[in-house]
Amino acid sequence: MVNVYLDNNATTRVDDEVVQAMLPFFTEQFGNPSSLHSFGNQVGLALKNARKSVQNLLGAEHDSEIVFTSCGTEADSTAIFSALKAQPERKTIITTVVEHPAVLTLCDHLVSEGYTVHKLTVDKRGRLDLKQYADLLGDDVAIVSVMWANNETGTLFPIEEMARMADEAGVMFHTDAVQAVGKVPIDLKNSSIHMLSLSGHKLHAPKGVGVLYLRRGTRFRPLLRGGHQERGRRAGTENAASIVGMGVAADRALMFMEHENTEVKRLRDRLEAGILAAVPHSFVTGDPENRLPNTANIAFEFIEGEAILLLMNKVGIAASSGSACTSGSLEPSHVMRAMDIPYTAAHGTVRFSLSRYTTEEEIDYVIREVPPIVAQLRKLSPYWSGNGPVQDSGKEFAPVYA
Amino acid sequence: MWDYSEKVKEHFYNPKNAGAVTDANAIGDVGSLSCGDALRLTLKVDPATDVILDAGFQTFGCGSAIASSSALTEMVKGLTLDDALKISNQDIADYLDGLPPEKMHCSVMGKEALQAAVANYRGEELEDDHEEGALVCKCFAVDEVMVRDTIRANRLSSVEDVTNYTKAGGGCSACHERIEQLLDEELTARGEVFAPAPIKAKSGKKSQIVTLESPKSAVPAEVETPAAPATGKLTNLQRIRRIETVLESIRPTLQRDHGDVELLDVEGKNVYVKLTGACTGCQMASMTLGGIQQRLIEELGEFVKVIPVSAQAHAL
Repeated sequence: MVNVYLDNNATTRVDDEVVQAMLPFFTEQFGNPSSLHSFGNQVGLALKNARKSVQNLLGAEHDSEIVFTSCGTEADSTAIFSALKAQPERKTIITTVVEHPAVLTLCDHLVSEGYTVHKLTVDKRGRLDLKQYADLLGDDVAIVSVMWANNETGTLFPIEEMARMADEAGVMFHTDAVQAVGKVPIDLKNSSIHMLSLSGHKLHAPKGVGVLYLRRGTRFRPLLRGGHQERGRRAGTENAASIVGMGVAADRALMFMEHENTEVKRLRDRLEAGILAAVPHSFVTGDPENRLPNTANIAFEFIEGEAILLLMNKVGIAASSGSACTSGSLEPSHVMRAMDIPYTAAHGTVRFSLSRYTTEEEIDYVIREVPPIVAQLRKLSPYWSGNGPVQDSGKEFAPVYA
Repeated sequence: MWDYSEKVKEHFYNPKNAGAVTDANAIGDVGSLSCGDALRLTLKVDPATDVILDAGFQTFGCGSAIASSSALTEMVKGLTLDDALKISNQDIADYLDGLPPEKMHCSVMGKEALQAAVANYRGEELEDDHEEGALVCKCFAVDEVMVRDTIRANRLSSVEDVTNYTKAGGGCSACHERIEQLLDEELTARGEVFAPAPIKAKSGKKSQIVTLESPKSAVPAEVETPAAPATGKLTNLQRIRRIETVLESIRPTLQRDHGDVELLDVEGKNVYVKLTGACTGCQMASMTLGGIQQRLIEELGEFVKVIPVSAQAHAL
C-alpha cells in the first residue's frame, strides 16, 4: 500500500532525532526541573538548551523571551488576552478575515464581551490592503494580531512591515507564525514584533508543545498564574520531554531551512504544474508569487472536496480540503470565501502540503493519481457534461429548492 | 475523517445509477451551493401505472451525499410515485446503515429531490419549507434553525426546555453554551431576560441525559413475581422475566428514535443485549446502554452489567 503524506500543514511526522532526544525524559530524566536535587537539575539544564535552540531559530535577542506553552492556540490566546488585560483602556483589536480559528474564534468571542474587532479584508489573491490597515491603527487599539503565513493557501503577509507600522503608532503587534516558523527565515531581534506564536508539531516536534515569543519589555499579563515556571509568565509544570523535543526540532528546522526553500519548493512546483496541466478547470488559490515553499492549494471546479479526499485516501494519498463537509460546517473555508472564490470551486479546494520527507516518486505518483479521481467525480456532477461545465442555456443546473 | 458505515462507503466508491436517465420524464433539482450539496434526480415514470421504471442521479457533494443519492435511486426503482413519497430521510439513512449526525442533511436532500421530481412530473409547484442552519447538537443532529424556531414557537426559556422539545443538548452537553446564547438572543428579541438554571452538579440532569423516561411505576405490577422473597435471591426465570419487563418499558423510547433492543442471554451478572435499527452505530449507544444498565440495577436490586453484542459477533 502506497502512503503519501501531503498534509504537513495539519501536522508533521516527529523527526527521529527528536524522538531519540526525548526518550530519556520519560525514564531516567524524570525529575521536576524546579527541584534543587540532581534529578531536577539535569532536566532544568535540558530545558535551558531547548530555549536557546528556539531563540536561535527565531533570531530572538534573549532566551528569556521564549515562553513554552502547551500549543499554538494557547500562545495566541495568551498574547491577545495579555494585551487586553495590560491595557484595559484600549478596547479594539485588529486582525484579518483569514486568520486561523485560534485567533478568529477568540476575537468573535471578545466581540460578545464588548470589544471592537476590525478584520482586514483580502483581495482575490488573499493579499491585504496596507492602506486599510494604516487607517485603523489608533489609540484605542490594544493589539494587532496577523498571521505570518496562511495555513490553507500558504500566502505570506508582510509581517515585518506591518509590525513596524504598528510600532510607529504605539500599538502592540502579535503574529501567529505557526505555519511560517521553520519554512521562512525569521529574525525577531531586528523586527518590531512584540509577540509571536509557534507550534511544535508543525515543525517535526511532538504535539502538545508551543512557544510564545515575548519581546523583552512588552507589558504582559499571564493567562495561567500559579507556579514560577517560565518566570511566572506561564505557570504549570513544564512538559519537559516535549520541550526538549521542541529544541531539537528547532535546531533541525534551521538546518533544513535551505532545503525547504529549494528542494521542497521544487517538488511543490512540480506537483502543481503536473496537476494543473492534466486537470482542466483547476487553479491555484492564494498568491502563488508570495507563499510558503511547501504549500499548494488547488481548486478543482464543479466537484466537492470531501469526495476528492476520500478517493485520494483510497489510493493512499493524504491531503486536506476547504469544503464545508470536511469540517462539518455549512460553509466552505472562510479563507476561500474571503478571497471570493466561487462556491463551485471553494468546495473543491484541496491543500497539498509537503515536508522535507516528501520524495520525487511520491509527487509523481500523486500527479498520476489525482486527474482520474477528478474526472470520475465530475462524471457524477450535475454541473459537468462531457468534457466541460454545462453551458447550454436553459440546461444549466440551478436548483432553487432547499 | 468521518465514521462512515461500510454501506455508505460501498455506495460512494461504486455508486449505483450514476448519471441522468436518458428519457426521463421527472426531474428534481435540489441543493444549496453554499453548503456544498446539490443533486439532480431524474426518473422515468410509466404514465399508465405511475411506477418508477428507472432512476438516475447527478450529485455535487461529499461522500455521504453521493451515497445517499445512490441509495435513493436504488430504493425508488419499481415503486409507484405514492409509495416512493413515503420514503423518509431516516429510511435513506437506515438503508445506508446510518449516517453521522453532521451528515443527516444528505439524506434530507435525497428526500427533497424525490419530492421535487414528483412535483415536476405532476406539474405541481413545490414550496420550499426547508431551511438549514449550522449544527448545534451533534449528539442528536439538531441545527440552529430548528432550535430557534422551537424556542419561538413554544416560548421556551431554559436549556432544559430546549432539550425536552428538540433533544438538542440531551447528550454530551457540550452545546449548552451555544443553546444558552441562542436562548439569550431569542429571549432578548421578545423582551425577556435569559436566566440560566441554578448550578447543581447533581440536579435532575441525569434523567435528562438518559432519555429513558418511564419511571419505575411504568413496570406493570402483574409482571412482578410475587414468589420472590423480599430479601432472598430471584430464581433465574424470575430474573430474566424482570429483565425483559425492564427492556419492554424502555423499548418505546428507543423505537421513537427508530431503534430497538433485544435480550440475547443472561449469564450471571452479565446481561447480553443487541441494539438494532438506528441504535446501531449511534454515538449515543453507550449512553443508552448505561441507562438500561442503571434501570436493571434498580429493578433487580443487584449489580448487573449490560454488554452489547454486535450483529456479526452474534452470528458467530
